[in-house]
Amino acid sequence: MSSQTPAIGRSVPRREGRAKVTGRARYIDDLTLPGMLHGVTVRSPRPRGTIRNISFGPGVPWDEVTVVTAADIPGKNIVTLIKEDQPYLADGRVNHAEEPILLLAHADRHLLEEARRQVTIDIDPLPAVLTIDDALAATHVIWGTDNIFKTYVVARGDVDAAWGDGVTSIVEGEYETGAQEQLYIEPNGMVAIADPADGVTVWGSMQCPYYIHKALAGLFALPADRIRVVQMETGGGFGGKEEYPSIIAGHAALLAWKAGRPVKLIYDRAEDMVATTKRHPSRTRIRSGVDATGKLVAMDIDFVVDGGAYCTLSPVVLSRGTIHAAGPYFCPNIRVRGRAVATSVPPHGAFRGFGAPQSIFGLERHMDRAAAAAGLAPDEFRRANFIKPGQTSAVGQVMRDPVDMGAILDRALALSGYHEKRTRFAANDATGAVRKGIGFATFMHGAGFTGSGEDHLASIVTLEVTREGRVRVLTASTEIGQGTITIFSQIAADALGIDVEDVDIAQPDTAIVPNSGPTVASRTCMVVGKLVESAAHALRRTLADVGLPAEGYSRDEFHHKCRVHVEQHGVLRASAQYTARQDVKWDDEKYEGDAYGSYAWAAYVAEVSVDMTTFEIRVDDFVAVQEVGKVINPVLAAGQIEGGVAQGIGWALYEDVVWREGRMANAQMTNYIMPTSADLPAIRVFFEEVPYPHGPAGAKGIGELPMDGPAPAIVNAVAHATGVDIRRIPLTPEALAALVGVAHG
Amino acid sequence: MNGEAVSLQGHPMSRLLDVLRTTLRLTGTKEGCGEGECGACAVTIDGRLVNSCLIPLLQAEGTSIVTIEGISSGDELHAVQQAFIEYGGAQCGICTPGMVLAATVLLDRVAEPCLEDVQHALAGNLCRCTGYMRIFEAVLAAVKYHRPPGVVA
Repeated sequence: MSSQTPAIGRSVPRREGRAKVTGRARYIDDLTLPGMLHGVTVRSPRPRGTIRNISFGPGVPWDEVTVVTAADIPGKNIVTLIKEDQPYLADGRVNHAEEPILLLAHADRHLLEEARRQVTIDIDPLPAVLTIDDALAATHVIWGTDNIFKTYVVARGDVDAAWGDGVTSIVEGEYETGAQEQLYIEPNGMVAIADPADGVTVWGSMQCPYYIHKALAGLFALPADRIRVVQMETGGGFGGKEEYPSIIAGHAALLAWKAGRPVKLIYDRAEDMVATTKRHPSRTRIRSGVDATGKLVAMDIDFVVDGGAYCTLSPVVLSRGTIHAAGPYFCPNIRVRGRAVATSVPPHGAFRGFGAPQSIFGLERHMDRAAAAAGLAPDEFRRANFIKPGQTSAVGQVMRDPVDMGAILDRALALSGYHEKRTRFAANDATGAVRKGIGFATFMHGAGFTGSGEDHLASIVTLEVTREGRVRVLTASTEIGQGTITIFSQIAADALGIDVEDVDIAQPDTAIVPNSGPTVASRTCMVVGKLVESAAHALRRTLADVGLPAEGYSRDEFHHKCRVHVEQHGVLRASAQYTARQDVKWDDEKYEGDAYGSYAWAAYVAEVSVDMTTFEIRVDDFVAVQEVGKVINPVLAAGQIEGGVAQGIGWALYEDVVWREGRMANAQMTNYIMPTSADLPAIRVFFEEVPYPHGPAGAKGIGELPMDGPAPAIVNAVAHATGVDIRRIPLTPEALAALVGVAHG
Repeated sequence: MNGEAVSLQGHPMSRLLDVLRTTLRLTGTKEGCGEGECGACAVTIDGRLVNSCLIPLLQAEGTSIVTIEGISSGDELHAVQQAFIEYGGAQCGICTPGMVLAATVLLDRVAEPCLEDVQHALAGNLCRCTGYMRIFEAVLAAVKYHRPPGVVA
C-alpha cells in the first residue's frame, strides 16, 4: 500500500455532484440529435381481448407519420427476459390494459399527440382476471394451464406433524400489500438511431445496459456487435428501470429503423405510471405454533404475488420473497410455498426489495400477533427465536455470518427509548384524540443474485491506465443516484494506493465496458465493487513487473511506473471476473442451500401518532439500526437508508394504486401520494460494521434492505396505538377508519 | 433571463418549461410530472418560485427569470449548491435543480431558517431518493455561508 489516506470509510463527496447541482448533468431528455423525430406509443384501451380493427382518423397527414406495427419487426416480437411470452407490440391479442399496439413518430410533438388521439383500436373483449383469488381459481385461464408463472416450496423438518409437539399457541393470519409505483422523478425515455447498415444504437435512462443489449439483438435479429446501448445520467430507478427500458429502447429503435431518422421516445408521467411496472401486490398466509417457552415449533407460510399479464421477472421476485418469508428466525419445522400468478394487469416488476418487503411485512406483523398470543412482549418473542450462527434457515442455509440480531435489536430499542415509550403510550387515555404508539420490525436482506445467480452472470470488470497514470474503471454498473461512481472510485483508489481524483469511471456504453451484470439486487458495491478491487490488485501485480514495490510507494511513483509500463507494452489493462465460491453451495433443482453469500441484518423502530378523528397517521420518529459490513461512504450509505425508509413509509401509509378494470386509475402525482419534505420524521440511521471477507474492504449490500422494515414497524406501532389488528397496507386514513369502525362494531 | 435580456417569439400559451429547454437550450430545468406537483421544473420569476410547466410564455414577458444555470457565478458555486455536494443533498440529481432553486428562495427570504422552515419551503419539490434528510442538512449548512441580498455581513 502507498502512503495515501484511505478513501474507504470517508464521506468522499459524490463525484458527479457538481454536474448535478449546476444542472449540467445530461439526462436522456436533454439529448437532441439532428433530424430527430419524436415517438409515441398507442396502447390497448382494454385489459384483455382480440384486436378487431385499427382505424386512423381524419385531420392527420398520415403519410408524414411513421407507423410501426408488429408486422414491421425485423427479428422476434419477443421481449427477451425469462420466458418468451411478452411481445414488443401486441399482435392480434391484448393481455393487459395499456399494452403497446402501435408506434408513431413525427417531428412535431403536437401533431403527434393529435395522431395518437386519432387512432382507434377496436377490441372484442375477453374476460379479464383482476385479482389473486380469480387467478388461483383459474375459471379463466390466461397463462399456461393454471395461471401460475412459478411455484417454489422450501421446507425443513415436518410441518404437518409438528403441531402437537408441545405447541401451546397457534396463530393464523392473512396479510396483504398493495402495488407501489417506483415514482423516480425522471420518467423513462430513450433515443435511438437504427438502420440495416449501421445497426442499432440507443441512449437512455436505465439500470441494466446489457439487458437492453440482449433484448435488441433478438428484436432486430442482429449480432451483438451491431447493437450499442449507452446509459445517460439516470434520474432514479429503484428497480423501475431494470426490465421495462428494454421495451422502450426497442420501440424507439423500431421507429428509427422504419423512419431512417433518430427517434426520441419519452414517457410523460401519466404514461409512465399507467403502463410501466410496479411492485407486485401480495398476499401472505401464515400459521405458526409456539411452545410454552416461546420458541417457534412450526410455521406454514403461503406467499402469493400478482405478476400481471406476462411472466417478466416474477419468478425471481417470487424467489426472493419466498426465501425472505421466514425472516431472521429459526424454526425447526417450516414450509414456505411461494406462487406467482398471472392477472390481466400490466406486468409487475422489480422494485427495491424485490419481493422481500412483501413477505417480511406479513411475517413481522404476524410475529407481533404471535407474541401477544403467547403472552410475550414483541421483543422477548423475537429474541427467543432469532437465528444464530450455525443454525439452518428454511432454505437450508447454515448461517455462517457472525450475526447477533439480539444486539442489533437492543441497540435500536435503546436508541428509540422503546421500552419506556411502549409502557407510557399503553397507559394513554384510550379516548384521547391523538394516540401514540411504538413498534418495530427485525429482518435481514440477502445481497447479490440468489443461489447460483452470480455464477451464471460471471460478471467482468476492467481497469485501464492511461499514459498519464489516470485509472479508468470499466463496468456496466450504472449510477442511478445510489453512488456507484463515488464508491467505485474509492474502492479502486484504495486498492491502488492513489487518490480518488486519479480514478475515472467510464460511462456505461456496451461498445466500451464489459458486462458487469445488472445494477440490481444490492450487488453493485458487494459483488461488482469486489471485482473492481480484484482488478486493481491484478493491475498492481502487473506494475510489479516494471518495479512497483508491493508496499509503500508514492502516488508519483505509481504514475511513473504506469508510464514506464505503457511505453513498454502499449496498453495497461487488468480485468477480474466473478468465479463461483467453493464454500457457497446451492442446488437449483432442490432449491436449497446457501441462498445468499451474505445478509445485511437490521432492526427498525417507528413511533407514530394517530389522529382518532381524521385517522391520519404521522410517523414521529424512526430509528434504523443495521449491520451492512464495512461502510464505504458514510454519507452515501446513510442516504441509501434514509431514502429507502422514506419509500417504505410511503408504501405503508400513502401510496395507494387504485385499480379500475385492470388499469391504474390514479396515474398522476396529484392523486398518487408519495412523502414530501413535510411528511417525514427524523430518520435516524446507525450502522454496525462487521467486515465481510468477500466484499470490497469488508462491505456488503445495502440498497434494498431499508425497504423491508418500515412498513411492518409502522403498522405494529399503529396497532400498538389503536389496539386495532391491521393486516393490509397501504394503511390510508380511509382504511384505518374502516378498521376502527369494524373494531368498534 | 439569468440576468441577461432575451428576446424571442413563441406561442403565448407555450409552456415556459418547453421554451427554456427547447428554444433557449437551458436543459438544467427538468420535467418530472407536467402538472405542477413535483417541482423538478422550478425556476424563479421576479424572485418567486414557480413551476415552469404551469407558466404560459405570455406570463413571462417582461419578468426576471432565474434558472439553475443562473445560480452560480462563473465557476463559483452558490452556497446551496456547494452544501448539496458536501452534505449528500443530491442523489440521482433530477430534482436537484428545482430543489436548489427552492432553497435559494428560502434563504433570500429568511435569514436564519429553522428545520421547519426548510421542510415547509421544500414541500413542493419531491425527491424520491434521499428521504430529504440530507437536503435539510445541506440547506441548513448553506445558511452559515450565505448572506441574503441587502444583509450586511
